[in-house]
Amino acid sequence: MLLNQFLILSAVLFSIGVYGVLTRRNGVMVLMSIELILNSVNINLVAFAAFREAIPGEVFALFVIAVAAAEVGVGLAMVLLLYRNRRNIDLAGIDSMKG
Amino acid sequence: MIQLLAATTSSVTSIPLGITHEGNWFLQNAWLIPLIPALSFIGILFFGKRLPRGGSELGIAALVIVFLLSICTGFAWMDHRDNFDGEEINQSLISGEHGEHGEHGEHGEHGEHGEPSLAVVNTTTWFITGGVEFSVGTLVDGLAVMMLFVVTLVSLLVHIYSTDYVAGDRRFTHFFAFLSLFSASMLLLVISENTLQLLVSWELVGLCSFALIGHWWEEKDNSNAALKAFLTNRVGDMGLLIGVTILFFASGKLLPDTFGSFSIATTNALASSSLLPHSTLLIAACCLMAAVMSKSGQFFLHTWLPDAMAGPTPVSALIHAATMVVAGVFMIARLYGVFFEGFSIGGSSINLMALIGGFTTLVGACLAFVQRDIKKVLAYSTISQLGYMVMALGVGAWTAAMFHLFTHAFFKACLFLGSGSVAHSVHSFDMKSDMGGLRKKMPQTFRTFIIGSIALAGLPPFAGFWSKDEILAGTGGWGIMGGTNGNGSYTFMLVMGMITAALTAAYMTRCVYLTFFGEFRGHGNPHESGPRITIPLWILAVLAIFAGFLNLPKGFQLAPESLQERFGHYVEPVAGYFPKISHATPSWSLAIISTIVVIVGISLAWNYYFVKVEKASKESGQSLTELPGGLTTRLVLARMGHTLLVNKYYLDHLYTGIITRAVKEPIAELAYRTNQEILDRTVDTVGRTAVKIGQFNYHKIDQTVVDGFVNASGRMSSYSGEELRKIQSGKVQSYAAILFAAATILAGLLIVIV
Repeated sequence: MLLNQFLILSAVLFSIGVYGVLTRRNGVMVLMSIELILNSVNINLVAFAAFREAIPGEVFALFVIAVAAAEVGVGLAMVLLLYRNRRNIDLAGIDSMKG
Repeated sequence: MIQLLAATTSSVTSIPLGITHEGNWFLQNAWLIPLIPALSFIGILFFGKRLPRGGSELGIAALVIVFLLSICTGFAWMDHRDNFDGEEINQSLISGEHGEHGEHGEHGEHGEHGEPSLAVVNTTTWFITGGVEFSVGTLVDGLAVMMLFVVTLVSLLVHIYSTDYVAGDRRFTHFFAFLSLFSASMLLLVISENTLQLLVSWELVGLCSFALIGHWWEEKDNSNAALKAFLTNRVGDMGLLIGVTILFFASGKLLPDTFGSFSIATTNALASSSLLPHSTLLIAACCLMAAVMSKSGQFFLHTWLPDAMAGPTPVSALIHAATMVVAGVFMIARLYGVFFEGFSIGGSSINLMALIGGFTTLVGACLAFVQRDIKKVLAYSTISQLGYMVMALGVGAWTAAMFHLFTHAFFKACLFLGSGSVAHSVHSFDMKSDMGGLRKKMPQTFRTFIIGSIALAGLPPFAGFWSKDEILAGTGGWGIMGGTNGNGSYTFMLVMGMITAALTAAYMTRCVYLTFFGEFRGHGNPHESGPRITIPLWILAVLAIFAGFLNLPKGFQLAPESLQERFGHYVEPVAGYFPKISHATPSWSLAIISTIVVIVGISLAWNYYFVKVEKASKESGQSLTELPGGLTTRLVLARMGHTLLVNKYYLDHLYTGIITRAVKEPIAELAYRTNQEILDRTVDTVGRTAVKIGQFNYHKIDQTVVDGFVNASGRMSSYSGEELRKIQSGKVQSYAAILFAAATILAGLLIVIV
């Protein structure tokens, strides 16, 4: 079994995700990028689990999916509230915590 | 019978102690007697103010209980004493029991007097330190039982009297608390088993005396009097402490396996056994004598006692007439073995104790003539009578001295309470300016006062006559006239006693005239005191009449033999711890002569006051207290004598003006110099150095180093904060960038290191 391909895919997905998190100004897009990062991790976990024929990796991936669902639920709720208060979801404008 | 093993250099001797641990319940549990007033003291302190009668009911209840206990103890003792007179004595002695120091011993000789009266001793350990066991306990014998009776009776009557006398006083509760504490201490003193316990209770009664003399301390005179009493007593207390210590270590030389013994019985037995060196006993007796002189007001440490009259009158009656001041006399009687051997009383004709007593009795009686204050007359009279007791002990008339203590307590307490009753109604103690003619106005007080006066003067058949006459007989100085010698021929003491008897009769006549006869010189309308004052007066007056019959002299033809010398029989110990004194027999001739002397004293004073002064008063139309142009104005010598007496022999001047100043001024000067030159300079130097060090510290260390650190750290945090705040942009994505950058760096490090 070729592990490398999975790892490369996962690395690419991770990098795209990070790029998205750092550069996109749209809140929804940032959330989607976070999902990309998490999914790249999932691919890693499942790939290693299959490679080493160990169940815990896949179980862990399931946990990550569940937690990611919860996270994205909270995230979208926050984005919705942002929109209600500010009429946009531009993350660059949210800097009221500036020191 | 408990014996004492004493080791001398060559042999081991066993000495009969004359004590037992067995006895009636009352004799075994005498410790309850001081405990109950002590509890009452605590009770009054804590709850007195909340009780309806301010705590007096607690004190009276406690005293009633201990009075009953004392009476029961007294009867138990009489029973105990009689048992040892009978046949069964031998069995109970042979059966014997283990003593602390002793062993099963055969009962040896009990002296020429026959059977020993075994004192009931019970002890318990107080504390142990350095291998020495200090114990407390009770020694119940005739002397202790007699004192218990006197103290509880007078104290009870004084308690009742005080509920009226100090009614409404600001410190009413406080007063009763201290009366209770005093009763407890005094009762502890009289049943002391050892000299250490004696010392402790001795100090306690002194403390109570101090507190009660200064009861009205708001007036400077009263607090001064309290201080004077306290400090004068300290002088003697040093003697007591030294004497007790000497006896302790002296007994330690003889007793095996111990440093010494504080036990009174042991000390006395050793002293009587002639094992202790005479010089040791003499020194110890002299030290103890100093304590007696201060506590029992013997010349020349008596000066505190008249001033102590500043206290409330019931206190004067209880403490400064009937009980505390006789503590010194009691102590001599308790440690009589030491004094008897130390001063070689037997077979002598003069010794220190008899001399001090004889001198005091005369000196006190003279001073009583020039007092205006009725209580001071009685105070000097007390000094004089205490001198009588000490003199009696000094000549070996132990029983007579104790009997005089017994009767004196009643009639002198009666007189003091009577004077208090008078003062209560005329609001003054000054006989010359505020009294006179009270005979009709205060009949009860007058009658009891007369009874007390006659008892004090010593006319038959009143109490004072019997005890005084026994003392005079006990001097043995009457030997040439048909009496017998007692322990020696103290003719000089007999003369002193006779002169004092005449003087006593005369000054009491003067006192009675000034108080109760003539015209009233005071203000207001005095009236008789209430029943709480008159009833105690009558009880004491009745005792002043009849107490003398308790010790009718041996060979007194008018009474059956079973009634003779009852007091002496029950009170005087005949045991190992008591020296073998011999008894003088009284003689009719001496009794008649002493009575004539008393009558002469009364007649002279009567002639002066009741005849001459009365006549002069009628002529001048005002109540006089002495003849105009009397002896003192006509005769230079009489005037000088009068001045000497008025100034109390200049003893106060000697003490405060000369001795105290001579001691105080150099010490004060030295102390001042030391203070200024050494202490102050040292303190100054230390202070200045401290200032310099402080300044250096402030400028160099505090301002530069410490402050520098503090400022630098402040500036540092300020600067770093300024820099770091730039990182906190508030933008989520810049934080995320930092996060990922850091993660990358950490990951890189991980790869490099691993």
